[in-house]
Amino acid sequence: MSAVASANRSRASPGHRSVTAPTVAAVLAVVSLASCGFVLIVPVRARAAVSGISTALVGALAVCLGATTLASGFGPVRLGWLLPLSGTVFGGDATSALFTIVTGAVAIAAGWFSIGYSRNACLPAAALAALPLFVSSMALVPFAASVSTFLLLWESMALASLVLVLAEHHERSTREAGVIYAVMTELGFAAILLGLVIFAASAHSETFAAMSSAQLPGAARGVIFVVTVVGFGSKAGLVPLHPWLPHAHPAAPSPVSALMSAAMVNLGIYGLVRVDIQLLGPGPAWWGLLLLIVGAVTAVYAVLQASVATDLKRLLAYSTSENMGLITLALGAAMLLGASGSRAVALVAMTAALLHLINHAAFKTLAFLAAGSVVSATGVRDLDELGGLAGAMPVTSTMFGVAALGATGLPLGAGFVSEWLLLQSLIHTPPAGGTTLALAMPLAVGAVALTAGLAVATMVKAFGIGFLARPRSAAASTAREVSPTMVVAMLLPAVACAVLAVAPIVAAPLLRDAVGEFAKLNAPAGASAMPSLGLLLRLPGIIGSMSPALLAISFVVAVLLATGVSYSKQAGRRRPRTAQLWASGSGRLTPRMQYTATSFAEPLQRVFDDILRPDIDIDVTHHAESRYLVEKVRYQASIGDAVEAHVYVPLLRGLTRWANVVRRAHAGSVHAYLGYGAAGLLVALVVAR
Amino acid sequence: MSGATAIGTVGAVVQVGAVAVGAPLLAGMMRQVRARLEGRRGAGVLQPWRDLRKLVGKERIRPEGTTVVFAAAPAVLAGTVLAIAAIVPVVTANSPLDSVGDLFAVVGLLLLGTVALALAGLDTGTAFGGMGASRAITIAALVEPTVLLAIFALSVPAHSSNLGAIVTTAAVHPGSVATPAAALAFAALCIVVIAETGRLPIDNPTTHLELTMIHEASTLEYAGPQLALVEWASMMRLTVLLALLANLFLPLGIATVDSGVAGLVGGVVVVIVKVTVLAIVLAGAEVFMAKLRLFRVPELLAGSFVLGLLAVTISYFLTTPAT
Repeated sequence: MSAVASANRSRASPGHRSVTAPTVAAVLAVVSLASCGFVLIVPVRARAAVSGISTALVGALAVCLGATTLASGFGPVRLGWLLPLSGTVFGGDATSALFTIVTGAVAIAAGWFSIGYSRNACLPAAALAALPLFVSSMALVPFAASVSTFLLLWESMALASLVLVLAEHHERSTREAGVIYAVMTELGFAAILLGLVIFAASAHSETFAAMSSAQLPGAARGVIFVVTVVGFGSKAGLVPLHPWLPHAHPAAPSPVSALMSAAMVNLGIYGLVRVDIQLLGPGPAWWGLLLLIVGAVTAVYAVLQASVATDLKRLLAYSTSENMGLITLALGAAMLLGASGSRAVALVAMTAALLHLINHAAFKTLAFLAAGSVVSATGVRDLDELGGLAGAMPVTSTMFGVAALGATGLPLGAGFVSEWLLLQSLIHTPPAGGTTLALAMPLAVGAVALTAGLAVATMVKAFGIGFLARPRSAAASTAREVSPTMVVAMLLPAVACAVLAVAPIVAAPLLRDAVGEFAKLNAPAGASAMPSLGLLLRLPGIIGSMSPALLAISFVVAVLLATGVSYSKQAGRRRPRTAQLWASGSGRLTPRMQYTATSFAEPLQRVFDDILRPDIDIDVTHHAESRYLVEKVRYQASIGDAVEAHVYVPLLRGLTRWANVVRRAHAGSVHAYLGYGAAGLLVALVVAR
Repeated sequence: MSGATAIGTVGAVVQVGAVAVGAPLLAGMMRQVRARLEGRRGAGVLQPWRDLRKLVGKERIRPEGTTVVFAAAPAVLAGTVLAIAAIVPVVTANSPLDSVGDLFAVVGLLLLGTVALALAGLDTGTAFGGMGASRAITIAALVEPTVLLAIFALSVPAHSSNLGAIVTTAAVHPGSVATPAAALAFAALCIVVIAETGRLPIDNPTTHLELTMIHEASTLEYAGPQLALVEWASMMRLTVLLALLANLFLPLGIATVDSGVAGLVGGVVVVIVKVTVLAIVLAGAEVFMAKLRLFRVPELLAGSFVLGLLAVTISYFLTTPAT
């Protein structure tokens, strides 16, 4: 396994061993535990600041951990005392470093933001104490090198996040979201547990190093693959295991939503990469095809739901699901292409997946923090009640605009380069790849394109309706810009978005070794050429190039040229004259006459009626004197999650019915219970004989 | 090599200039063709130029309550089109910006322009602005899959999505565009061009009825120099896309790496002829067509998506490598 390789490398270069990755990891764990206790003992007024600063500190340590791992590796370290019986093993490679650096960077911004946010929202002490623990367990998950260590950290991450989701538990909707989140996350954990236990049992070892070299029978590998994909997919929000996202994200405080959406869901992808691609793989073609299909369905379904969502944070949650779908699609394409022998193009797909993960973390952190500023300033999340924030909250509006541009995948946005890489890898399928590839890739391109198109519609709606035009409610019209700490916290991911959009080369050191680890799986001997992310993006095995920086420069020059032309005859004139808007001759326009988020998405809702299944109720009351005169029309529309309504609700109903049947056995008689116990013991003895 | 680069640079400047100057003339000609076919005399080919000159000289207006988004949108829209005009092969297939942006980048820039205009429509806070924005974005979102599949189909023979490579391959191996796949891709792209430029039967560029407007509704609040920019940008968009369509499938006469100044002049003449023919066909066809109902448009776009999908799938099974 690659952790072993990196351990060898660190031995080969002794150098000055002042700070090693295991030391940083230990410091990180101690700091997070200490700050957790510290938050609980400081005065109530200082809690938000202490929690936020220590979260940002843990985030910075996580970035250090990733950087030291990249520089000198992190060989397996065994800590027997931490967990009885099995002990724990830590160790990591470039893939671990990539995920932990992303987590750390998100935590720095989210932690800093939470200083101002938690003070306004009066979050409870338990949530503030759980925040640094949540970050440290997320940062350490990629450094778990055995099954029990991995499960321990995974579960502590899930528990900490559950405490955070329930931070505002005085609201009924939050409690409901908490239950859904708890059930989904624990079921996902059970699936991962089952998959990894089967894996460890078949490999006769529970350390990742031994598991990667184990020779497993094909059927066992298939079962492990499917079960772990279900488990990790539920964490990443892949359809049909996504319903917790649109419930938990709106319910959680915004910095927590940012952490969950930009860092925690990534770990679902990490699980897919680590367990299903690196430890189990390379697998048969249907593995890649399965991921490709699941990714495509997730991307299209989630972006459709996002395009009709009116709750700002629910919209962003679906957008997270969409992006995880795109990443999974890229992973599936990489596996498929690797299995069909076109290794160079497979590397492009892998680069696309990991770069999109980084880009998504940047723009989604920014989007959730800006949404948090809006909630903090107005108390409203419903786009139909927002509007006109651009004037009152110029910085927040600009920040959301930058994030939205990134989420659309348009040029100059943070998501453009990775989506371009993904499309390049999809259209360069070798003709010799067979019928499956020849059919799968065009459909995948179609799915990515539809996703990109609908993402544009979604983000135009979120930004245009939420921040432009005129306020649609009193709360929106009295909004004021948020505090400077929150503004500074938003600047960090905004700068990251801007840099990633024009100079993706900054992500190259993170990607190089992680993609290299994937390359070794397919071709252990020969080193394949990596995609170059310099000024001109050049891809191995693909004729063609693109340069986001030069594209941005030509665009800016063209805009200046156009502005010059339009001002050519304006010399000597001063400011433009303010004039009234055209109201079709009916006097003044009121904010009620504007388009809302619902009306903006109405055409899309009609076009995709069969998938969205909106619940529309039109009630026409006629005038008493004549049926031809209408007194009033009541229109009510609600769009729930079709998967939730048509899969989960019947499933739960069935479960309840079954539970009622089982309940008859609970008669309350001690004799009956003793009988059950004896029968159970007998069965167990017979089975275990 | 540096000589070729210099000629390429000159070519890029020439094609941006040709598009900028020629677009209003093309629009004027299309209106004239239409007027003659409908039995009117028409205002003459130069009328769009006269309109633009008049609008640029007018006072600037800021509608009440609009933000910088509304003020900047026309320049962004025109900027995207000018940048595209510098990248795509109109006169020369050897633009120095060819390696900077491929077809995906060009499509992204087009969409960026649409987004800028839609946001401007929403920014006004009027019902018409929102209506135009909502419809324009819905159509743009549904066009996207067709566009990318058509690009896919075109990139298969050239093994590249860079426009220079596609056009050069088609110029060197004319057989590679005379395939069923190319025909299907051409049909799909025609529908895309019509949708992207807001022509009949998807949108009516000369409509005066607010309820059926798409493009015009977003730009309802613009006046003076800003309106001039929006109008000019949409004319250039039509010109560039027609030129691109012509050159992708009939690259005959386009200046390439080896052609000198004479090649450039020839390229200009040839592209003017090609675009003029296409524009006359388009304007003539529009006379006999009515606008589709908005909710029938997705059916048309779904049809073009299927054409694109067929084009790609066929190109897999029937293509012989060109290089």
